[in-house]
Amino acid sequence: MAIVVKIPTQLRAATGGASSASVEGGTVGEVLDALYEQFGELRERIADDGGLRRFVNVYIGGEDIRFLEGLETPVADGDEVTILPAVAGG
Amino acid sequence: MPPESLTCKECHTVYPLDASYVCERCFGPLEVTYASRADVDPAELRRQIQAGPHSIWRYRDFLPLACPPPRDTLPAGWTPLLRADRLAARLGLRELWIKNDAANPTHSFKDRVVAVALARAKELGFQTIACASTGNLANAVAAHAAAAGLDSYVFIPSDLEEQKILATGVYGTTIVAVRGNYDDVNRLCTEVSGEREWAFVNINFRPYYAEGSKTIAYEIAEQLGWQVPDRIVGPIASGSQFTKIARGFEEWIEAGLVAGAVPTMNGAQAEGCSPVATAFAAGHDVCRPVKPDTIAKSLAIGNPADGPYALDLARRTGGGIDAVTDEEIKAGIRLLAETTGIFTETAGGVTTAVLAKLAERGDIDPGERVVAIITGEGLKTLDAVRGTFETVEIEPSYDAFEASVEASSTRPAPAQPVAA
Repeated sequence: MAIVVKIPTQLRAATGGASSASVEGGTVGEVLDALYEQFGELRERIADDGGLRRFVNVYIGGEDIRFLEGLETPVADGDEVTILPAVAGG
Repeated sequence: MPPESLTCKECHTVYPLDASYVCERCFGPLEVTYASRADVDPAELRRQIQAGPHSIWRYRDFLPLACPPPRDTLPAGWTPLLRADRLAARLGLRELWIKNDAANPTHSFKDRVVAVALARAKELGFQTIACASTGNLANAVAAHAAAAGLDSYVFIPSDLEEQKILATGVYGTTIVAVRGNYDDVNRLCTEVSGEREWAFVNINFRPYYAEGSKTIAYEIAEQLGWQVPDRIVGPIASGSQFTKIARGFEEWIEAGLVAGAVPTMNGAQAEGCSPVATAFAAGHDVCRPVKPDTIAKSLAIGNPADGPYALDLARRTGGGIDAVTDEEIKAGIRLLAETTGIFTETAGGVTTAVLAKLAERGDIDPGERVVAIITGEGLKTLDAVRGTFETVEIEPSYDAFEASVEASSTRPAPAQPVAA
């Protein structure tokens, strides 16, 4: 299933400037793993002990995955996964 | 002591003083670092501050600007610090002060942070400023942009209090009402900020913006006669202001301007949006995000960016983070108004209610000097006091006055201390 992942500007140096990527996967975790396969440098920047670093937010269709099932959240064909820095706002 | 760089708070990677806020290596927040103040004479520094303007710019040596501040800014800061003896007596405290930041140009502490962010944005050549706001920030961005002749965009949750929307639109800004809560607005703005050459004061200019809150601490110390209070009670939304107040005291202690230690830091949240208070109570060092449901909309951030640092600060200083109900918030607004003459918005009700809770619980030693941070103005959240008192309506005759007003003694009962 093709899932579109939107890449924030701060990570585009690791994606050769690409602002999005299309990958396969049945859960958010699998989607991120597929993304790391494509752009190896992304893993060390946002992943931490199998999870995500604490200042990384991941959304599906605008909803924070922490309100869903985290990295286990299922994704369906056509879903959009967005990675964003968590340090904004306030 | 000019600013030197932006530094990641997590991995300490150093970046130039640009419009950036996130570490590209670890996604941690960037913070302004300054040249060493070790060789600065504190007495001389104090004289310079005292000779400065009655605004935050008297502390420009501690703010992240390369040049003198622009002249066409609204004069933020230098708000009153009022001794609140009647409120102290009601709560069984000896010495209590209210830092009334409603007395700012747009009636909240946000004028401080916006003034700094906007000044830096001008230095970097930005023409448009923007923000994701729970209301007070929208007021400040729109007004400061108007004063400086810059374009502005303010993004707000569409269900915001009408007073805050009206008090923003009047300045001629572009208001974008987003169908969602503040965290949705913030997510959207984080995306937009990556795609537009705009200065989002609390996103890509957040490192500069956040520095503005330190001036609350500087003013308190100066207004107390160059002394540090024992305890601060202040609100927590993202946690930025809370942590920067402590940083302000820390910097002045390091600079030799004041003696002593960082105050005990007590944070205040509304129960309907208390991710930081919940994490504090549970002993966690990160916050689990929540969906806000509270009348304290200016504090309704369910995904607080500085939550981990606020938790660390409260623990490190022997303080805490408490939450109060919407009813306690309304009672807090009344208590502050009736004992000090200060009418605050819901965020100030949260702070006052938590102060009352701490006092009632015996957490505050009666000998302490306590400062409560009142961040905004009651006229912006009038719904919070609607229906909390009655007016006596009479015919315009003396008999009616005597019969209805004096005889029935319908004066509103004095506010009771907020129940724990």
